[in-house]
Amino acid sequence: MDWDDADVRAVLQLVDAAGFDEFEIETDRFSLSLRRGEDGTGWTRESRTLTAARELRLAGDVATTPSAEVAQPAGESMPAAVTSQLRAVTTPLPGTFYRSPKPGAPPFVEVGTRVTPDTVVAIVETMKLMNSVYAGAYGRIAAFAVADGTLVAQNSVLMQIEPGAAGDA
Amino acid sequence: MMKLRRLFIANRGEIALRVLRTCERLGIETVLGVSDADRHSVAARRADHVVRIGAAAPAASYLNIDAIAAAARAAGAQAVHPGYGFLAEKAAFAAACEAAGLVFIGPTPAQLEAVGDKLSARAHALAAAVPVVPGGSAASVQEAAALATKIGYPLLIKAVAGGGGRGMQRVDSRADLERAIDRSMAEAQAAFGDARIYLEHFVAAGRHIEVQVLGDGERSVHLGTRDCSIQRRFQKLIEEAPAALLSTQLRADIESAALRLADQLRYRGLGTVEMLVDSASDRFYFLEMNARIQVEHPVTEAISGLDLVEEQIRVAEGRPLRWRQSDLHLEGHAIECRINAEDPTRDFRPSPGTVERARLPVGAGIRVDTHIEPGTEITPFYDSLLAKLIVSGTDRAATLDRLRGALAACDIRGVENTVSLHRAILATPEFAAGGVTTAFLPEWLERRHGAAAVLR
Repeated sequence: MDWDDADVRAVLQLVDAAGFDEFEIETDRFSLSLRRGEDGTGWTRESRTLTAARELRLAGDVATTPSAEVAQPAGESMPAAVTSQLRAVTTPLPGTFYRSPKPGAPPFVEVGTRVTPDTVVAIVETMKLMNSVYAGAYGRIAAFAVADGTLVAQNSVLMQIEPGAAGDA
Repeated sequence: MMKLRRLFIANRGEIALRVLRTCERLGIETVLGVSDADRHSVAARRADHVVRIGAAAPAASYLNIDAIAAAARAAGAQAVHPGYGFLAEKAAFAAACEAAGLVFIGPTPAQLEAVGDKLSARAHALAAAVPVVPGGSAASVQEAAALATKIGYPLLIKAVAGGGGRGMQRVDSRADLERAIDRSMAEAQAAFGDARIYLEHFVAAGRHIEVQVLGDGERSVHLGTRDCSIQRRFQKLIEEAPAALLSTQLRADIESAALRLADQLRYRGLGTVEMLVDSASDRFYFLEMNARIQVEHPVTEAISGLDLVEEQIRVAEGRPLRWRQSDLHLEGHAIECRINAEDPTRDFRPSPGTVERARLPVGAGIRVDTHIEPGTEITPFYDSLLAKLIVSGTDRAATLDRLRGALAACDIRGVENTVSLHRAILATPEFAAGGVTTAFLPEWLERRHGAAAVLR
């Protein structure tokens, strides 16, 4: 049995009545700090749970899927000489990179597809929301830096665009 | 009737902790299924036992029916609590639990199918004499276009298998239809594993009012209304109970309509019947029924004095309801603010990261349901909910006063969050007056955004 909100309120009453502005306690299982707000705002609490998780080892481990690897920003899969000509499309948010609007649908773009700055080239799913990724430049898709369905970190390079003139698009 | 001794929690975040707390109080041992990303979460450290169910991505873990049913069974649990979201309303999951000899804490698989599919839910609503909004389903853009012409723009696209606003979009003209459909289908597929969509006439000035129901499979009671009209992109931000500024007659009509639907289904467990109330005409329409515990259940707990997770467990143990409708009395007022890891100043961009500070208000009439502590990592895999601040008082005015103080005290750092937005909404005369429609927040945000741009 752990401490609960009623316990915290009981402690708070004591501390408040005693005229303290701050109270901190730490045990093997939790830490709790209570602070009286400045300029008349009420009390706040901040707590940490200090126990460790007790993992059950089950016969025939049910979790068979490996952990996803996270693609890190600034992938250097292409030689600098090549990339210097190219413009990188990066993701403003971490999440899962998808090349098509829905499973089974054709990809937004392929290598060679001509794009304008407003062309949607991918989606990145973050916190259950689908965020469109725009090309951001005129040109042609030169290469993809990560595979469909990859977990990508913030500012990761998703693909490269070979820049072209506006009229080319 | 059975007494549950060991319960498996198939969820994460604040709702996993919420279920844990009731289990601790009732002396029920807990086993928490965790993804690799959640092995050291607060819930994992508070549960009696944890079991790894898969990788961080929801499809590999919290949506993995076989892994969860197998883990619950191997861990010796008698029942599974699904929380909300993930598998909570999946009939296949409820059936898999039953097949594994586990009690699924929720409605029967048949009831989940009946209300989980928007079209079937409408049919049940009609059968229970509950009014519905004009609409229908579409399997392709062509079909959708034809249907849209009949319904008229603006309209709403929803996921047939949906709930919680995922896959939902407003469409104002034929030109926007195709893109909106693609996007809705993608979100519906990602969130529910089912890309089917559904079109519905958009009621411009509606209030989102819902009724909490509880059934034991034989009969049902309702626990009053909640108003969830403060929404952005169909995500609820602020909820309150009871709904303010409803005539006694309209409130009674809405509550009895919800109860008729629950009775028609011979509903088992906790559920919510969502209605759209047209402010102009005082008419109301059935939107959907959510066959699970809701994020906003604490406001109902605050005015009813009940522990709704305990009631879920009692029904799952096969106990009949303890009261008649006339035994139930609702008292006072309660408001919940959802504090999300989103940046309200940058179009609500999600803000994953590490929580550095989590000072949250404490005191009389204040409740905070949260899974965050200093050091908690907010990953991109799951939803953005950080904490729910629930404040209650004797009436709405007293509750608003208390809520302003509680919001002023909130100090969360490390991730962008919506605390400042809640403070600003509380400061508007419209919200203070009560009874706003779902149009209020988007319009107010646009005005505010415009004003901010001018200041810059």
